Amino acid sequence: MAVGFLQRERIVARPGWSRWLIPPAALSIHLAIGQAYAWSVFKPPLEAGMDISGVASALPFTLGIIMLGLSAAVFGTKVDANGPRWAMFVASCCFVSGFLISAVGLFLDQYWLVVLGYGFVGGIGLGIGYISPVSTLIKWFPDRPGLSTGIAIMGFGGGALIASPLTQQLLGAYGATGENPSVPGIAQTFLTMGLIYAVFMSVGWLLIRVPADDWKPAGWDPSRVKSNAMISQNHVSAANAIKTPQFWLLWVVLTFNVTAGIGILERAAPIYRDFFPDATTPEALAAAAAGFVAILSLANAIGRILWSSTSDFLGRKNMYRIYLGVGALLYLALTLTTNANKVVFLVCAMVILSFYGAGFATVPAYLRDLFGTYQVGAIHGRLLTAWSTAGVLGPLIVNAIADAQIAAGVQGPGRYTTAFMIMIGLLVIAFVCNELIKPVNPRFHEPEGAAAAAEKKEAAA
Amino acid sequence: MSTQSESAPRAINPVLAALAWLWVLIPFGYGLYQLLIKIPALFGT
Repeated sequence: MAVGFLQRERIVARPGWSRWLIPPAALSIHLAIGQAYAWSVFKPPLEAGMDISGVASALPFTLGIIMLGLSAAVFGTKVDANGPRWAMFVASCCFVSGFLISAVGLFLDQYWLVVLGYGFVGGIGLGIGYISPVSTLIKWFPDRPGLSTGIAIMGFGGGALIASPLTQQLLGAYGATGENPSVPGIAQTFLTMGLIYAVFMSVGWLLIRVPADDWKPAGWDPSRVKSNAMISQNHVSAANAIKTPQFWLLWVVLTFNVTAGIGILERAAPIYRDFFPDATTPEALAAAAAGFVAILSLANAIGRILWSSTSDFLGRKNMYRIYLGVGALLYLALTLTTNANKVVFLVCAMVILSFYGAGFATVPAYLRDLFGTYQVGAIHGRLLTAWSTAGVLGPLIVNAIADAQIAAGVQGPGRYTTAFMIMIGLLVIAFVCNELIKPVNPRFHEPEGAAAAAEKKEAAA
Repeated sequence: MSTQSESAPRAINPVLAALAWLWVLIPFGYGLYQLLIKIPALFGT
C-alpha cells in the first residue's frame, strides 16, 4: 500500500492540468534508467582497475537486464494498483541505491557489491521505472497512445546518449581512465552519477499526475473514434491476459524482433570493421566504427517515436507487419549486397535498428488495444520477460556464429551470413505470429464496470 | 484542505511547462550533440 504523498489519490490532476506535463515526467525517469545501455563505458576501467575478466565486468549489466524483466513482471500489478508516483519513487530509490552501493563496493574493493548494487538493486529500479509511466500516459493520451508511449520509450533509448559521454567525462576527471585507472575514481564516478540521477529523477515523481476518472482530451469524443476490431473497448486483467494466445503470440513477436535488432547492435563496431576494413589508418577505422555505433543509436531512438506515433494512424498490427516483414527483407539485402555499397549497408542497418526501437515503443499501445487500460502496466511488465530472453538470445546467436566463423578462418562479411539468415528466419516466424493475433475472446473480459470499480478499490486501499 | 471540486479550473503556468520540457531536453540535446559529432568519421571526414 502506498502512503502519504505517494498515494494515487494525491496525484489526481486538478482541472486545467496540461497533459503535456506528463511526457517530461516520464522522460525524467526513462532518460535516467536508459543509462543501462551505456554500461560498456564502465567495463574497461573496471577490468583494468580491479583485474577482472570481460565476463565479470559484464555481470552487473546482465543481471540488471534480467532483473528488469523479472521486476517488471513481478511488480507490474503493484505499479498499476499504487499509481505512477509510488512506482517512480521506488524506481528512483532502487536505481540510485544501485549506484551508491556500487560506489561503496569500489571504495572497499568488493566487486560483488557492484554486482549486487547495480545489477540486482538497480535492476529492480530499471524494471519498475520502465513500466511506471506507461499506463498513465495511455490514460492521458487515449487519442494518441502510440505517440505518448513512444516519447517515453524513446527516452530509454536516449538515456545512453547522455550517460555515455557523461560517464567518460567523469571517469576522466577522477583519474579513472587509461591503463592504470584509479578504483576510488571509478567509485567517485558512481557516487556522482547516483546523486545526479537522484535529483534528475525527482522531477518525474513530483510532476506526475493521473487524470480524473471523467477526464478526456478537449474535443475528443470516444464514441466517434473509428471502430476497429483490433481495438478492444473491454478490459482484461493481467492474470487473465497471460492465459490468452494473444499475449504469447505478442511475446514471441517482441522476443524475435528484439533478437534481430540486438544481432546488429551488440556487435556493431566489429561488424563495421569486417564489412569495411579499408581505412587509411587503424585510428580512422576505429573512429568510423564508433560513428557506425552512433548512427545506429540515433536510428534506434528516432524509430521509437517515429514508428510508434505512426502506429496511431496505421494501426498496431500493420506496423508490426512492417517491422517484421520489411526487417526480414532488409536483412536479406544486407546478406546479398554485403559491402558492395556502403550507403545501402548503412540505410539497411539504420532502418533495422529503427524497427528494433519501434518494437519496444509500439508494444504498450498494442497491449492497450488488445487488453484495454485496466492493468496494461502489469501486462506490459509480464511481456518484458521477452526482452530478457532476447537479451540473452540475440548476442548468443551472433557472437557464437561469428566466433565460429572467425575460428574457421572466414574473412569479411561472410562471418555474419549464417547469423543474418537466422535473423531472417526469426523475423518470418514473428511475422506469422503477428498475423495470428486476433481480438481477445470475450470470456477473458472483465465484467462491465468491474475494472473501474476494482481500480477505485485498489486506489482507496 | 482544498479538494478538486473546490478548485476552479485554471491553466498550468506556461513557465512550469517550459521548465519541465527544458529539464529533459537540455540533457538529451547534450547527448545528441555528443553523438552527432562522431558520425562524420563514418564517411572519412
